[in-house]
Amino acid sequence: MTDRRQFLGQAGLMVTLGLLWTNYMIGARAEAMILRPPGGLPERSFQQLCLKCGQCVEACPFDTLRLAAIGDGRPAGTPYFVPREMPCKMCKDIPCTVACPSGALSVEAVSTNGKLDINLAKMGLAVVDRNTCVAYWGLQCDACYRVCPLIDKAITLDLFRNERTGKHAFIAPIVDSGHCTGCGLCERACINDKASIFVLPRQAALGKPSDKYLKGWEDTGIDPKPLPAPAKNKKAAGNALDYLNKGF
Amino acid sequence: MRVNDQGVFDKKAGFKPVTWKRAFDEMEKQFKKSYNELGPTGIGIFGSGQYTIMEGVAAVKLIKAGFRSNNIDPNARHCMASAVVAFMQTFGIDEPAGNYDDVHYTDTVVLWGANMAEMHPVLWSKVTDRKLSDRKNVKVVNLSTFTNRCSNLADLEIIFKPGTDLAILNYIAREIVYNKPESIDWDFVNNNCAFVTGPVDIGYGMRNNSKHPSFDKKEQDTVAKEVSKVISEDEATALSALGVKAGDTMEMKSADAAMKHWVITFEDFKKGLEPYTLDFVAKLAKGKPDESIDDFKAKLSTLANLYIEKGRKVTSFWTMGFNQHIRGSWINEMIYMVHLLLGKQSEPGNSPFSLTGQPSACGTAREVGVFSHRLPSDMVVDNPKHREKTEKLWSLPAGTLNPVMGSHYMKIMRDLEDGKIKFVWVQVNNPWQNSANANHWIKAAREMDNFIVVSEAYPGISAKVADLILPTAMIFEKWGAYGNAERRTQHWRQQVTPYGKAMSDTWQLVEFSKRFTLEDVWKEHKINKDVTLPDVLSKAAEMGYKKTDTLYDVLFANKKAHEYKWPDPVGTGCANTEAAGDKRNVENFKGYGFFIQKYLWEEYRAFGLGDGHDLADFDTYHKVRGLKWPVVDGKETNWRFNSEYDPYAKKANRGKFAFYGKALKELPSGDLKGPQPQTKVDLSNKAKIFLRYYMEPPEMPNTEYPLWLTTGRVLEHWHSGTMTMRVPELYRAVSEALCFINQNDAKKIGAKDGENIWIESRRGKVKARVETRGRNSMPEGLIYVPWFDENVFINKVTLDATCPLSKETDFKKCAVKIYKA
Amino acid sequence: MIKNYRFTILRRLTQITILWLFVMGSVYGLTVLRGNYSANRVLGVLTLADPFAVLQILATGKVVATAALSGAIIVLLFYAALGGRVFCGWVCPMSLITGIGNLLRKAFKITFTYNPANDIRYLILILTLFVSVITQVAAFEWISPIGALHRGLIYEVGYGWMIVASVLVFDVFLVNHGFCGHLCPLGGFYSLIGRGNLVKPYYEHDKCTMCMKCLKVCPERQVLGMVGHNSASVKSGECIQCGQCVEVCADNAITFKSRFS
Repeated sequence: MTDRRQFLGQAGLMVTLGLLWTNYMIGARAEAMILRPPGGLPERSFQQLCLKCGQCVEACPFDTLRLAAIGDGRPAGTPYFVPREMPCKMCKDIPCTVACPSGALSVEAVSTNGKLDINLAKMGLAVVDRNTCVAYWGLQCDACYRVCPLIDKAITLDLFRNERTGKHAFIAPIVDSGHCTGCGLCERACINDKASIFVLPRQAALGKPSDKYLKGWEDTGIDPKPLPAPAKNKKAAGNALDYLNKGF
Repeated sequence: MRVNDQGVFDKKAGFKPVTWKRAFDEMEKQFKKSYNELGPTGIGIFGSGQYTIMEGVAAVKLIKAGFRSNNIDPNARHCMASAVVAFMQTFGIDEPAGNYDDVHYTDTVVLWGANMAEMHPVLWSKVTDRKLSDRKNVKVVNLSTFTNRCSNLADLEIIFKPGTDLAILNYIAREIVYNKPESIDWDFVNNNCAFVTGPVDIGYGMRNNSKHPSFDKKEQDTVAKEVSKVISEDEATALSALGVKAGDTMEMKSADAAMKHWVITFEDFKKGLEPYTLDFVAKLAKGKPDESIDDFKAKLSTLANLYIEKGRKVTSFWTMGFNQHIRGSWINEMIYMVHLLLGKQSEPGNSPFSLTGQPSACGTAREVGVFSHRLPSDMVVDNPKHREKTEKLWSLPAGTLNPVMGSHYMKIMRDLEDGKIKFVWVQVNNPWQNSANANHWIKAAREMDNFIVVSEAYPGISAKVADLILPTAMIFEKWGAYGNAERRTQHWRQQVTPYGKAMSDTWQLVEFSKRFTLEDVWKEHKINKDVTLPDVLSKAAEMGYKKTDTLYDVLFANKKAHEYKWPDPVGTGCANTEAAGDKRNVENFKGYGFFIQKYLWEEYRAFGLGDGHDLADFDTYHKVRGLKWPVVDGKETNWRFNSEYDPYAKKANRGKFAFYGKALKELPSGDLKGPQPQTKVDLSNKAKIFLRYYMEPPEMPNTEYPLWLTTGRVLEHWHSGTMTMRVPELYRAVSEALCFINQNDAKKIGAKDGENIWIESRRGKVKARVETRGRNSMPEGLIYVPWFDENVFINKVTLDATCPLSKETDFKKCAVKIYKA
Repeated sequence: MIKNYRFTILRRLTQITILWLFVMGSVYGLTVLRGNYSANRVLGVLTLADPFAVLQILATGKVVATAALSGAIIVLLFYAALGGRVFCGWVCPMSLITGIGNLLRKAFKITFTYNPANDIRYLILILTLFVSVITQVAAFEWISPIGALHRGLIYEVGYGWMIVASVLVFDVFLVNHGFCGHLCPLGGFYSLIGRGNLVKPYYEHDKCTMCMKCLKVCPERQVLGMVGHNSASVKSGECIQCGQCVEVCADNAITFKSRFS
């Protein structure tokens, strides 16, 4: 009898603990707005694989990377960086990724033909807030553009005439999501109080085109998929006759 | 001030705060010690192109009229001196003919060693706007020794080897003269121009003694070229019209006569250009080893055709790439040569335009004459008529002014090193960071017996080497005026009270002048073995000055000055610390009681009236947004030398153009090798088309020092960074000077991006981080290090060779080796 | 005197040295030991990994990279061969914290303790894997006081100190040897793999004078069930191989013996 009671007690304790724990984990695991080192897998997989050993942080020669502490809103023990404080300097030999034992940072993701290529890194995506960026006011700045390691690829200049003065041109930064590595040098360099160009995790900043649209003028090498059956919305559901006869 | 525990000045002691009075006492003592021992040449002032115009006037007046010394030279020497020589030699009057609106009228913008995208961002936005207004027709060409951000907009980018711009311009001229002679605007040339040339054996502006004890052994082989140089294959071709051969030794006999020039015929001019064929120039000038020679040739010929195309308007811009050049004055003259041949000059949109690098290099340094050889309004100290006019306008006894040219910027440094100058006062600049071969000058400042005063708001290296630092008011803490590259003069009022105990440069100069009586300074002085300055005290007495009058009484607080009353309606609601003191009551100073800035302005303005330098009166500038001089009948002049726009050109009554500048207009004539004695040609109202040549810099890469080093600026930081490095957002944007380098050169020494490397020349070495990406893309063999960062003190590495005409240092070319730190 | 604490001194020295090497590795780039207790690199060549952490990752449905996998297997084999919970006794830095807890208990003469079952850790071990499966993240690694302690020493501590402090409070005021002896699932994991020990304490009944000091000092006293009954070696994997029983025994009744002797 005592055994049974004890077992029930223990089981109850375990279930309670398990529920609390699971609840905490799910909250903490929520996709944090956090930038990972180069070669980082998609956030969910990254969180699964990362052993929290800190070897990437130790390998970083610029003290860019840090390990999240418990309670700072980031998954504890995982590496991240805050570009405004210290951006990724995009080392060509990517020591952080190479140091990772678990595969959370994937060497393959930043290599072509077995050769490391930091330009393939996709740590995040820089986004410009045009309303607060002084270059879009017509002031000469381009600080972000000039520090970009992939200048003229990841950040290009949009040139357009300044009708207000009639004499000057706007020389304003634009980010190309295909080339931007998310290193954050631009965010660091921004002269505003709070950076008007800032890096977001790619999953937060990127759109995805519908596969209904193809660039007909580009040979993508992809066969257009057969159109899927149209999704049924409220209006499409049901019989056309019913709809017509339903009254107004 | 450096004082020991007893409060006594001690050069080896650390700095301690002292009162203004204590500071001036020591300054006076030290100044008088040097002045009495060495005479007027024993002191020196490093002035500035950031002086307000009135400060420049006060400084020149005190040094030249008061102390009778010409040892005042501005940081503009490092910046614009080559442009000035070319203006004076070509046009007889300083500063550009056109204005910034040329950008809007031109079809072609050619950049020669001007990284406008970073260094002139607002003008660059105008260039961009012009390009966008007609993308197809408007062409932008970027000539540079490496790819910079201007290439982003450019239709054509030409990367050339350092120094070969001389050859490229002669190629364009050859193309005009030999292959497209019909493009020469003969009407224009015959009416308005003359062909001239000058000597080539002029050295490189270094000490003419490579065995000077200050030199390290390693430095000697470069310095030896000041005296003689073996002619290379390339030079033999480039100078073939002079009959020199490769392997010959050229003795630099004309080093002291570099400014000399004489009239030649068009045939001689043509002969001089003969060797500059496309083949020769392309091979010599191609800057990127991996570019094909045919592509490069095609680019050069496209460039020539843009200049030559009939009806195409061309504006050429240049800055430090031309001016900081071992042949800086030549290359400036050569761009005028091309424009003048084609008649593309002094018209809206047709404009060879020398951009300045400082806010008031034009307005103060050049127009006021804050140079060792100049007086206001383009006058010079070694011209008796100019001295006479100046003495009259400043109410000085005849003979007061010193007729012997003073020490230029680098010479002041060298004189300090030699113990020939023992008192130096630095205002509004940072000589110990901005001068090449800095190790020498730091040693000279700290280890020789001398006294160095630095007026500063934000201490930098010069303050560190100083013996006394004077806290100094900043731009809007005083009344002032600046003049920019398009001859526009702008004034401002004092906006705020200076910070702490800071006082303006004008106040410092004027207070210092109170400590000298006429007896102290207007006595007899021996300058050199030929020249002795006369005692002018008796003449002064005739003018009503007493021996015991101070320089303050005579130069600043005289009768004329007291006519400018303070308060003045123009200053309603504004403070004027100099005129009336301020709430801080520094040293109990209650003000001079008169409107000193207005007095200095109006007295200075009198120099230029009727002389082609007319400026408006003080009050007018407080009603308008600046005016471009000459301001005649209240109207500014947009394009000079063109009678449609310029009243002076119209007055000359010679048709559309008149190059009425008066300087250097009487010349001998001769052939390519030299002038004929006893000849004289009058070139009034004419501009000169110079034949100049390609010559090599004295130091080029070799096996031991295999790379070119070029220096410059970045957009984020101003000059030596003393202010901008303290601005948090600028510091964050660019916190250190990087070494921009080609990735192959980095790979050769195994250096990765972000790693420190040593950059070492014969003179010194610094550490900097490697950058193979980013804003500048370097060709193999050339590295670029900006000079704003005192922690990457690149001027320890650079060579202090100068253009022999302008004495402006070439910061763009020296040979270095690099290795991992 | 020293002899009476010879294993404890050696053990603390080992723990501190390993921790020091990690700190040196992180802060000064010393290559002897870089990383932390979850995964690390020895002398820049050999990667080691925490097999329990890797097990949790496997439970989430991910396969770690070969380096970590092989590292985990090496560690697993190493501790299985040594037997008992050598990691807990000789390596884990939390042992230093709970050691302090133990001293505090003694100093303040705190005798109160709850006595939950020792094998609750196995339930927590199962729970860990279960939560890992559900949440798809290695569950214990997110709250582990070992990681929190190490990170706190080198990087930002954040609220990690609260986890470490709660372990200390739990040990001092609620349960004697509470965390290491009852809750830690990593300890449970090593208990399971440490059953076949190479070296273990051996009890000789003949020499025993029944002073029971060994049972007093033992943090896992259930493993000394044979004391007072019969000569035998410690069989349970829960023994942390701390050697305190050997130190304390004045009769040399308990000694370390190889499995094969």
